[in-house]
Amino acid sequence: MSWGDWTIVLSGAALAFSVLSYVLLDGADLGVGMLMGVTRSARHRRAMAISILPIWDANETWLVLGGGGLLALFPKAYAVLLPALYIPFIVMFMALIVRAMALEFRDEASRRGLKRVIDRLLGLASLVVGVCQGAVLGTLVQGVPIRDGQFSGTGWEWISPFPIYCGAVLVVAYLWLGACWLYWRTGDELQLTVRASSKAFACLTIALLLVLVLWTSTLAEQYATRLAMTEVVVPASVSILTLIAVFFAGLRTRFHFLPLFSALGVFVTGFMIMGATLYPLIVPPGLTLSGSASGPVSQRFMLIGFAVLIPVTLFYNTFGFSVFSGKVRAAKD
Amino acid sequence: MESIEAALLAARVQFAITISFHIVLAAFTIGMAQFLLVLEALWLWRRDRTYLDIYRYWLKIFALNVAIGTASGLILEYQFGLNWSRLSSQAGEVIGPLMFYEVMAAFFLEAGFLGIMIFGMKKVGPGLHFFSTCAVAIGSLISAFWILAANSWMQTPAGYAIAADGRFVAQDWWAIIFNPSFPYRFAHMTLATLLATAMFIAAASAWHLLRDRTSRHARVQFSIALWAVAVLAPVQVVVGDLHGEHTLKFQPQKVAAMEGSWTRPPEGAGEPLRLFAIPDMKERRNHFELAIPRIASLYLRHDLSGTIAALDEFPAQDIPPVPVVFWALRVMVGLGILMLGLGVTSLVLRYRKRLYEARWLQRWCVVMAPAGFAAMISGWVVTETGRQPFTVWGLLRTSDSVSHVSHQQVLSSTVLILSCYLVVFGIGCWVLLRILRKPVKQGEAGPQPTIADEIGRS
Repeated sequence: MSWGDWTIVLSGAALAFSVLSYVLLDGADLGVGMLMGVTRSARHRRAMAISILPIWDANETWLVLGGGGLLALFPKAYAVLLPALYIPFIVMFMALIVRAMALEFRDEASRRGLKRVIDRLLGLASLVVGVCQGAVLGTLVQGVPIRDGQFSGTGWEWISPFPIYCGAVLVVAYLWLGACWLYWRTGDELQLTVRASSKAFACLTIALLLVLVLWTSTLAEQYATRLAMTEVVVPASVSILTLIAVFFAGLRTRFHFLPLFSALGVFVTGFMIMGATLYPLIVPPGLTLSGSASGPVSQRFMLIGFAVLIPVTLFYNTFGFSVFSGKVRAAKD
Repeated sequence: MESIEAALLAARVQFAITISFHIVLAAFTIGMAQFLLVLEALWLWRRDRTYLDIYRYWLKIFALNVAIGTASGLILEYQFGLNWSRLSSQAGEVIGPLMFYEVMAAFFLEAGFLGIMIFGMKKVGPGLHFFSTCAVAIGSLISAFWILAANSWMQTPAGYAIAADGRFVAQDWWAIIFNPSFPYRFAHMTLATLLATAMFIAAASAWHLLRDRTSRHARVQFSIALWAVAVLAPVQVVVGDLHGEHTLKFQPQKVAAMEGSWTRPPEGAGEPLRLFAIPDMKERRNHFELAIPRIASLYLRHDLSGTIAALDEFPAQDIPPVPVVFWALRVMVGLGILMLGLGVTSLVLRYRKRLYEARWLQRWCVVMAPAGFAAMISGWVVTETGRQPFTVWGLLRTSDSVSHVSHQQVLSSTVLILSCYLVVFGIGCWVLLRILRKPVKQGEAGPQPTIADEIGRS
């Protein structure tokens, strides 16, 4: 590969890293939000809320980075993808605003009933965000029609079985992450509840993922070939099976973080399978990484910043997390 | 054809709505972060609990403001693709990296330390906590730096080349970031955020002083806020004037629209200051014009006889909507003069030791609570409407920048966004006023006071 090709591949990796970081970090927050919507105990809901309160803002910033990164590194993909997914994106942003408000303002409500309503709203908004993100992913994989470098579809392509199914898969997977997060961060009764539900979510996620992979392979020839390759199938299966084993074993150890990290590992594996299936496409079927990349001057300018600033960011974000680490015990409702 | 026009208008309205709501929150975040930085520094330096109480009181408001600000900022990072995809594919290589750096160098800094700043006072030592406040405050300023670099580049593009397929390609990043109008815009906007926040804090403090004129907390924050207004307002007038002069060089039709100047006055007559006029785009003249001769020459040319290029010297398709620019400028300048007057008055009263006694000043402050933000929005209307019909000045037209999205989708989503924002901001303002109604207490607790004991080892 030439120097220019490497720049493009590295840019793709930087973008993939941003998106994956977002999904891993905010996925748990969204899962917690959905679970809050269906939790009856006020004290439990408070524990759930404060477990994510100091960090959700930083987690959501990765989504901003993903947007800025796509525009800067692959402007043509950005210019096609967003008009194609106009409605789901806008609905997602509105749901994120409602979510932010519900989470931050819930303690301004003095009446219990009102707080319950706010938490239900939080749950609903988190659910909508999850569905929209899944639908975005599904529509992308399904393929986006392009003419003359611009989106040429109707904008309703996301209303079809595959994207909606992807929305459902992502919601269940986020619920799994949320349950694992709470298993790690809480104790007592709440921990027992989420322990049971995390097992159910784990089984459901794996089953749905399997169907998703099979369904994906029917969509395009390239997908079928890639998903049947030994280099993909063997490491992916080994990794998923190991992670699931660690997940169930982890629920029986005193290392309460283990289930969450196994679940995150499943996310990473799924993401890598998707990468392997799509590469070198960024917006199937027509747009490749190199076909949508910005010029080398722009990409190098950003990669330098990325290489310098992102490790620093990860360092102080980890520090920020560690300040608020440990079990959460809600002192009030 | 009609549906394309409708889609274009709906897309512009959508951008205006999302950016206007967001810019108020973002500006308040920037200003408030600097205010909190000053308070915490004063607390650490003088060890006077009053400063800590005030810090914690405003921290509650800061926390709510930042949360909605983050969420409302998210959509903007995607607006360029949703509604302006042709601008993105044409100029994404240049403006994208600036926004990318904004996230990497600023948003993360802000967001990463925000949790510690807001909830971590009992969790980390005072030094580390102060460091977090500094990181958030500096992060917010860096964020303004990058986003204004992107905006300024679109107003006064530099450091680029145009590729064979018509795309803008980056050549010289230094020239792109420090493009001609950037220093003016950055200074003008940063001052605007500080001034708007200071006006708001002055109003809240004045409200509390009107109820209890002996309150030490209210006096301290009233004094800080009015010092800020007294110092910043005159500086802002000077910077604004320099910015205007610079605009005259690079975007002459924008200044002509600000002045409502359709035809150049005869040689030596000077440029009049139009106090009132109803500009008519069709007849290309003003109705009901009320003007003072030669005064505009004074601030535009710094003499009494100079003139500027008039609107009739430009092709009709290249001039902005004059009435909007003309009136938005008058609102901005009018509010600016009122703020300047307030700053000067406060200095006089301070000198006479009547700052906390003059009830009329406090009432004036309360009425002026939103003045800084209103002036800032008007200023943005001037510059953004004034650069029409271009997105990248002189090179890319707004009508060539828009996405191919059906106008029903754009219109319905714009309605959805507006109704969503009205509800969210309505609730936000209600909660804000509810917090502000109570004065700062002795031993103020701050946001979520119990959280430190509820998480981890207590």
